[in-house]
Amino acid sequence: MADFVQIFVLSITAGSVYALIALGYTMVYGILKFINFAHSDVVVLGSWVSYTVAAFMFSRLHVDAEHPPLWIGAVVLLAAMAYCALSGYVIERFAYKPLRRAPRLNVLITAIGVSLFLQNCGQLTPYNLTSQGDLRFPFGASPQRMPDLLGENMSNDDRVMWSISFAPDANGYAPRVVVSKIDFSIVVSALVLMLALEILIHRTKIGMGMRAVSYNFDIAALMGVPVNAIISFTFVLGSSLAAAAGFLYALAFPGLNQPAHEVWVLLGLKAFVAAVVGGIGNVRGAALGGFLIAFVEMFGMRYIDSNLRDVYVFAVLILVLLVRPSGLLGSPEREKV
Amino acid sequence: MTPLPAASLDLRPSWGEIALRGGLPILVSLALPFLLHFVVGPALGPYPTKLLVDVGIAIILAVSLNIVNGFTGQFSIGHAGFMAIGAYTAASVTYYGSMLIWETAERQAGFLPAGEWLLCGGCLVGGAVAAVFGYLVGLPSLRLRGDYLAIVTLGFGEIIRVLLQQTNSQLFSSDEIREAGRRELFPPPLGGALGFSDIPKYGTLFWVFTFAVLTIWVSYRLKVSAAGRAYLSIREDEVAARSIGIDITKYKVRAFVIAAFLAGIAGGLYAHSGVILSPKDAGFQRSFDVVIMVVLGGMGSISGTTLAAIILTLLPELLRDLQQYRLIIYALVLIVMMIVRPQGLFGVHEIWEFFGHKRLGTRRGGRT
Amino acid sequence: MRLKSLFAKVGVWVALGAIGLGGGSAVGQDKAPILIGHYGSLTGSEATFGQSTSNGIRLAIKELNAAGGLNGRLIELKEYDTKGDPKEATNSVTRLVASDKVSAVLGEVASGLSLAGGPVCQENGIPMISPSSTNPRVTMVGDMIFRVCFIDPFQGQVCAKFARENLKLTKAALFYDQKAPYSDGLAKEFRKAFEKLGGKITAEEKYTGGDQNFKAQLTKIRGTGPEVIFIPGYYTDVGNIALQARELDLKVPLLGGDGWDSEQLGKIAKQAIVGSYYSNHYAPDQDDARVKEFIAKYKADYNGATPDGLAALGYDAAKILFDAMKRAKSLGGKDLRDAIAGTKDFPGVTGSITIDSKRNAVKSAVVVEMTGDPPTPKYRATVAP
Repeated sequence: MADFVQIFVLSITAGSVYALIALGYTMVYGILKFINFAHSDVVVLGSWVSYTVAAFMFSRLHVDAEHPPLWIGAVVLLAAMAYCALSGYVIERFAYKPLRRAPRLNVLITAIGVSLFLQNCGQLTPYNLTSQGDLRFPFGASPQRMPDLLGENMSNDDRVMWSISFAPDANGYAPRVVVSKIDFSIVVSALVLMLALEILIHRTKIGMGMRAVSYNFDIAALMGVPVNAIISFTFVLGSSLAAAAGFLYALAFPGLNQPAHEVWVLLGLKAFVAAVVGGIGNVRGAALGGFLIAFVEMFGMRYIDSNLRDVYVFAVLILVLLVRPSGLLGSPEREKV
Repeated sequence: MTPLPAASLDLRPSWGEIALRGGLPILVSLALPFLLHFVVGPALGPYPTKLLVDVGIAIILAVSLNIVNGFTGQFSIGHAGFMAIGAYTAASVTYYGSMLIWETAERQAGFLPAGEWLLCGGCLVGGAVAAVFGYLVGLPSLRLRGDYLAIVTLGFGEIIRVLLQQTNSQLFSSDEIREAGRRELFPPPLGGALGFSDIPKYGTLFWVFTFAVLTIWVSYRLKVSAAGRAYLSIREDEVAARSIGIDITKYKVRAFVIAAFLAGIAGGLYAHSGVILSPKDAGFQRSFDVVIMVVLGGMGSISGTTLAAIILTLLPELLRDLQQYRLIIYALVLIVMMIVRPQGLFGVHEIWEFFGHKRLGTRRGGRT
Repeated sequence: MRLKSLFAKVGVWVALGAIGLGGGSAVGQDKAPILIGHYGSLTGSEATFGQSTSNGIRLAIKELNAAGGLNGRLIELKEYDTKGDPKEATNSVTRLVASDKVSAVLGEVASGLSLAGGPVCQENGIPMISPSSTNPRVTMVGDMIFRVCFIDPFQGQVCAKFARENLKLTKAALFYDQKAPYSDGLAKEFRKAFEKLGGKITAEEKYTGGDQNFKAQLTKIRGTGPEVIFIPGYYTDVGNIALQARELDLKVPLLGGDGWDSEQLGKIAKQAIVGSYYSNHYAPDQDDARVKEFIAKYKADYNGATPDGLAALGYDAAKILFDAMKRAKSLGGKDLRDAIAGTKDFPGVTGSITIDSKRNAVKSAVVVEMTGDPPTPKYRATVAP
């Protein structure tokens, strides 16, 4: 029972991160109809920029590592979002825009190219940008520790937001399920961001523009929607969300993998699977898919076999698509003659 | 009935041309494997020979994927999964076969020794097993379109990769194999994460290019046959294709099966090219490499895909001295090529169509 | 548009440069430099391992060349990237031995990649020394293949014996990387040895190298009540595992192998790793002049970075090769092979190394404990299996 509750908590946390990343895929797909393989690399950028900025601030501001002020977290997040938004804009402008009318497979290859480029640039040996050597760029090939923005060396009890204790088992061991402050802030931030996005898309003018472009490119242009601006905005928005996801991911798993590690791509793929399972192009679907994938992954690992982690994810994908080819919340595509 | 205009008689090729156009390709394809094996390979030395073998295998992979992605317009990015299935199957046939027959998996010397015929059989079995999987993956393509299919094929490749990691460790002596019980044989002894090693190195230039030439031939005959036209029509417009009576389901699945079979053969040859097989071979990175070849060559163009396979296999090797900058340059080249030539090297066309062959279409087009 | 043509220009430029670079290769003259090859994962997921090894090798070469080289001949390194891909490893080694004509090859870190490169060296009669491939199969490829690290059965036994006899624990859980043969091999050997010593394995869970979220498996392990968790992975993963284990109230000591050896482990896991043990080739706090000298030199050369275990092994592999080159009758494959095989009590950074008849390194293992803030390894015991 304790395990069940524990895994449930884990799935919620993991699911919010998947959902945030999935949003970026789903938005780009909704509008440009191609899989933006470089999206996971923007998430990586988000994580690593967060790390770089946080490490720099900790070193320069002589922060008390045990109790850092909370505004540092906000600054780090904003810096990561700004950097990723800019990267997203540049990527779209120079790599995808020239291919606006080309077959989708071409854009996919370009996306793979961009992804390879970002990965391999990211893992180049870092240079010291300052004389103290506390600001280093690019990121290098060894893993790094994200500074604790909520305070270092917290004992387990400081970390706890809520906890539930269970009766001791046969070995006399009394398990405890903990929802930590970090888990809590991840889930809350993810939900707030998703809600904001939902409002942006359905309640604002620019959101209307996005929906128009996603419905039909040419008609939107005829109606006076500034298509290029809308597409750029979508990339900026998606990349900022990716940065937020990367930031939260770095908080949750502070041992950051190096930028060219293939698990980042796998993380992106799982998020994309989440988007597809939920119904691609649909923001609520992405959120639903993210949680579904996380639940299947975590419960599969605990109750079936931890070896087959990725198999569960892809098996769910195939099953869902066989039953509902356009995803759980996706609207079936009409065939036009 | 009006009589045939005299102009159309002009279109009839002369006997010499028939002999040249019909006979020359066959002659070249028959001679190529021998030429490479006996003349070019020994003259160049082991490293270029290894690269040529890689090129040949890449050609088979790219040309076969072209049948699905290029001709039929389906979107498969899990080709490495089929390749890995073929590779592991063929390797099991030759490795365990040699162990049981000859008590050793050492390479046999000479041209076409018995072991190499085992390789040939192994490749065909590998192709057949891969084709069965191709059928299974092709089935969902009835319901899925475009990117959905892509992500399913990608998932398929990843599932194969994870499953290969779970296999038992390899058996290294014939006694071990004979005494193996259920514990050793299930899951099959394919080396797990460490990989399948000690596979006899039978993947010579002769075999690789024999199969490469066969693949190109099959693919070309397919393209110019009625079936090929059906594929192209599905690619251009599925609804229109269905409305003229093309059984879309049948053709899509068939394209998948043929492509998987050829990928399985490529895998079989790869397994015997002096490498160690590892679960990584089924991963998405390998699949992407092949997709890139097809798109870069021009979707549907066999000669374009072949050329792209050659270029993209050799390019990373040429850049090898650049160390950690190598993949950055490779990525930039990729992006620039896509932007400069979005239709690929040759588009849907074949290389010879650029050299003003007499074709009914062009001539008539010229007159009116 | 201007950018496009710029890209194109750069592309052409670089391609031309690459062809130019690939062209020339040295021919063995009397005073011409001696070429040795290294293949390693300089990019890709395992880049940090390959780069560390490369740094160690380069340091050894720099030292030797500064001292005048080998009988007046300098050493030149040819190094190719494998991306951590067996296919690339085969091609790199083929290029090294067949085109560049190196006298000897160093590499790879991962056993799977050494098994890909080994047969090429064997076939061409060029000796190969693997700095850190621990799988027993690696040197069984043939008589040209050597290594300077432990093999899995040895280290598995060391860890099992330490857990059972020094720590006096009876219940252990296994948690290992299913993607790394190193991890898989150690786990299997540990299980064998630990059960033979009367211990019990409570759980066997796997992860995939690079995973960040290990909590589902740790939850399962937690329920089985182990007294120690054996995690024979690389430091890149162990940091997160330790952090998450503590978050789940799993406070038992962790135990691992030489893959843990890196300064980064203490930096990533911080207090979560304190009180955990791993077996290693050497303990940095041991009063050994060789180790101290190596660490000082490495720091001076590489921007203040502390060497990890792989750098030390790369350094030792190169040193053993140079020592053999000094003793060899000629630099031909056979003579060099015999000289390497004759290595006895070589004073390496990672211990006194003797090459046995199976071309494996014989050396004793130490077990270190992570203590302090930031946690650093401290010598605990020397274990002979």
